[in-house]
Amino acid sequence: MLELDGLRWRAGDFALEAEMQIAPGDRVAVIGPSGAGKSTLLDLVAGFRSPEVGRVLWQGRDLGPLSPAARPVTILFQDNNLFPHLSIARNLGLAVRPDGRRPDAAQTGRIGDALARVGLSGFEDRLPGSLSGGQQSRAALARVLVQDRPVLLLDEPFAALGPALRAEMLDLVAEVTADTGALVLLVSHDPKDALRFAPQAIVVAEGRAHAPADTATLLDDPPPALRAYLGH
Amino acid sequence: MAPRALAIIAGALVIGLTLGPVTAVILRAEGWSALRPGDWQALRFTLVQATLSAFFSVLFAIPVARALARRQFRGRGALVALLGAPFILPVIVAVLGLLAVFGTSGLANRALSALGLPELTIYGLHGVVIAHVFFNLPLATRLILQGWLAIPGERLRLAASLGLSPRAMWQVLEAPMLRSIAPGAFAVIFVICLSSFAIALTLGGGPRATTVELAIYQAVRFDFDLARAAVLSLIQLGLALVAGLAALRLSRGEGFGIGLDRVVPRWDSGGAARGLDAVWIALAALFLLVPLATVVWRGVPGLVLLGPEVWQAAGHSMLVALGSTALCLIWALPLATRTGEVIGLAGIALSPLVLGTGLFLILRPVVNPVDLALPVTALVNALVSLPFALRILRPEAETIRRDYARLRAALGLTGWAWLRHVLLPRLRRPLGFAAGLTAALSMGDLGVIALFADPDNATLPLKVYGLMGAYRMEAAAGAALLLLTLSLGLFWGFDRGGRVGARA
Amino acid sequence: MKALTVAAALFSASAALADTPVLTVYAGDYITSEWGPGPKIEEMFEARCGCDLQFKPGDLLPRLLLEGERTEADIVFGLTTDATKRARESGLFAPHGQPLDALTLPIDWTDEVFLPFNYGHTAFVYNTERLAEPPASFDDLLNAPDDLKLVIQDPRTSISGLALVLWVQAVYGDEAQAAWEKLAPKILTVTKGWSESYGLFTDGEADMVLSYTTSPAYHIIAEEDRTKKAAIFPEGHYFMVELAAKVANTDQPELADDFMAFILSEDFQSMIATGNWSIPAALPRDGWPDGFKELDLPEKVLFYSEDEAAALRDTAIDAWRRALSQ
Repeated sequence: MLELDGLRWRAGDFALEAEMQIAPGDRVAVIGPSGAGKSTLLDLVAGFRSPEVGRVLWQGRDLGPLSPAARPVTILFQDNNLFPHLSIARNLGLAVRPDGRRPDAAQTGRIGDALARVGLSGFEDRLPGSLSGGQQSRAALARVLVQDRPVLLLDEPFAALGPALRAEMLDLVAEVTADTGALVLLVSHDPKDALRFAPQAIVVAEGRAHAPADTATLLDDPPPALRAYLGH
Repeated sequence: MAPRALAIIAGALVIGLTLGPVTAVILRAEGWSALRPGDWQALRFTLVQATLSAFFSVLFAIPVARALARRQFRGRGALVALLGAPFILPVIVAVLGLLAVFGTSGLANRALSALGLPELTIYGLHGVVIAHVFFNLPLATRLILQGWLAIPGERLRLAASLGLSPRAMWQVLEAPMLRSIAPGAFAVIFVICLSSFAIALTLGGGPRATTVELAIYQAVRFDFDLARAAVLSLIQLGLALVAGLAALRLSRGEGFGIGLDRVVPRWDSGGAARGLDAVWIALAALFLLVPLATVVWRGVPGLVLLGPEVWQAAGHSMLVALGSTALCLIWALPLATRTGEVIGLAGIALSPLVLGTGLFLILRPVVNPVDLALPVTALVNALVSLPFALRILRPEAETIRRDYARLRAALGLTGWAWLRHVLLPRLRRPLGFAAGLTAALSMGDLGVIALFADPDNATLPLKVYGLMGAYRMEAAAGAALLLLTLSLGLFWGFDRGGRVGARA
Repeated sequence: MKALTVAAALFSASAALADTPVLTVYAGDYITSEWGPGPKIEEMFEARCGCDLQFKPGDLLPRLLLEGERTEADIVFGLTTDATKRARESGLFAPHGQPLDALTLPIDWTDEVFLPFNYGHTAFVYNTERLAEPPASFDDLLNAPDDLKLVIQDPRTSISGLALVLWVQAVYGDEAQAAWEKLAPKILTVTKGWSESYGLFTDGEADMVLSYTTSPAYHIIAEEDRTKKAAIFPEGHYFMVELAAKVANTDQPELADDFMAFILSEDFQSMIATGNWSIPAALPRDGWPDGFKELDLPEKVLFYSEDEAAALRDTAIDAWRRALSQ
């Protein structure tokens, strides 16, 4: 269970409060107007920002004292998900061996499996820059797969892809996380993506992240804060 | 060890190695000494010439760097490497090369008189500035060229697709880049010129061109007035730190963020711009390479006069240069931050004479300084090269840290893995440049050796001076050519090593 | 066992090495370099002393003053008269104990501490192919057209430069600054040391260079070039002498005494002319190498004692600085 307990974060005029519980394996979209704090919410969970008050808990354990790498969480950013000068294999190698040593046979096997899972078998020696946008997204997804954490945060990592490719990537994420049972939080600007990917959604608006609700219901009958954003 | 701890150790070493010797000299002098009336004049001249020299070096470097950044032509790499040569020549050799072109009977005046035009004299404040620009234009050009090359291809592509005019291009991309790079380049060159003395005096034409460093030299070597030397060197150090802090304030550059590492050509290469670029490159090449050519021309006959002792000295110099380079880079990596860069400036700001005297006073009770001649030389060379290495490494090191901090944290990379797999490979280009510059600088003489000289381990610059002191001007020219060749070779090798096969 | 024997052999060998007494001589770089007299001095003296002479190159007096009583030096070789006053006052030196009657200097030398080994005079050196009619006197030089270009050395950083301002002081006295003002337009530039000036001169940048009366000897002997000459002025030339001294608390007093005696020996004196391109301090003209016999030398020699020089020095440098700063 991922629990945001009386969480509050503040920077200047900007504030964000959150109080919710999300079950393992859930796929949840995070929607709301630009600048409302969707990425901030993910950063609080990932540990890139510390709350002013409140706690983030996973399975009852307070994540507060843990560094981002020590949390049971992994994240895909909008960009910079791979080191451009390292081959795909080396990038994934660093994900399993953050001390920089060569992965052992078992770990190499996991890397191969992850690449196969995202359809990039044989791309081990390629540099990220030599891949297409879709392939780069797949490689990044392979990176979080080998990290194998129970919570996956997606901070609009596929925003640069076209609608069809984006839908394909979201399906792939849904598919692979169904296997691993990971909880996924997806920040999205597109209600269609949210609906396609996430049965539930968190609305972030007016300084507050609301507890997850059924995505279809939310979109059919949006609360006032979401209405303007959706253009209803 | 935590990076912060390493940075603190590295910074403490710099401060210890600069303030330590000054303190030793002050303690030994047992007191302070009032400045003389002439010292204020010297201070004023020092500031004026250093400001003008740094200003013009950076000013002219901008069009040259821009031209080199957007033109590809045969020999461009060789030209960029050769342009670095004046910076690494022993002062006396470079001055003679410069005067062979701009002196009373130099090429320039011979050409003028052949055309029936009045002769020019180089001696005076303008001569000091010309000489300092000759030395430092290459450094400024390289630093600014780096800035240009660091503009991500994506931005250039965006600018091209927007059809930005040269003016808009300047406002949107180039001016912000220069605002972040130029103040640092200015500061480094300003600080180098602060401690100039032989060039300033010779090209300045007489005692009007007295600098603070000359007063320090007089106090240490001639008057043995350590109190005065200490006071003057603290003033010099203070000026350098003010320059460094001012540059830091001015260069609040944001950087450009990252792009993916694709080579993206530039599209703003129209006809007029092309012509102008060619003119700037040609002018810079003429200004820098003709004096060098005279050094080569005069050195060739002297090469056959060189005995085994000169070659042996060349070997020592290479050894010292490689040692200094390794030391300097290890030192520079943890210090490649804004604060680190200001601290690093102390290395060139401190008068080498005071540094040498202080180190001598510190080491002498413990060990025979002569036994440490080569290690001390290597250490001091590393210290003196540190500001250049930092100027080169810092912008890119910061960009890498900023761009990948989150990914690093998300992966939980250890310090070692970060260094080995991310920082070093991504820094490869600037590391190569910094290593080349340090190695080449360390081949040159840096002045502290006077108290530590070891007859069996003399370095090549000492041999050049030794030959000149014994009337053997022709052989000295040969040894200078050897020095030039070796320095350039080291510079070229490292710099190229950083570029070739870099996956970035 | 074998290891022990080897160790014992090594030990006795190093003990034997340690038994060879070492004479430590501080000398300028120009002395100790391969092209200076140092290597020959070392060879000749070691042949007669059964000791190990070790040169330590670098700054002489600054280093010695930094080290004080704890200096390793037994001998300091190559001091000049600008430094003798301070050196004497440091109390670090002992009398040389050598008879001075063999000296062949153009001035009377009675110093009991600092022993001359060679000398010369300040002079303006020119190239006969470039300057057919050099100034015949110092007055001539002052009144020469301003397109006659000189390079000189800075009196604040160079011994020859200091000798020049004392020379002008000795010739013109209270009128020194006026003399400098007449000279100023002819001074192309001022360099930190002698090497830079001489390099400019041989490159053809200037017509005359401040150097020594003995400079042409190098060109005559080593290059068979007779176009470099020193202009000799009847007003007199400033005397420049190089000196050696024995350090008072040397741990090798006998060797040090022997070295001081060696300096005045004919062996040393015959070698030093071409070794250091200066006139031997204790060798009659007949004994000079041929090239030296050809030198134009002044009839009149000017010299200030160290006390006079110390008293005049600031005035003389100031006159120079003021005139050249205008």
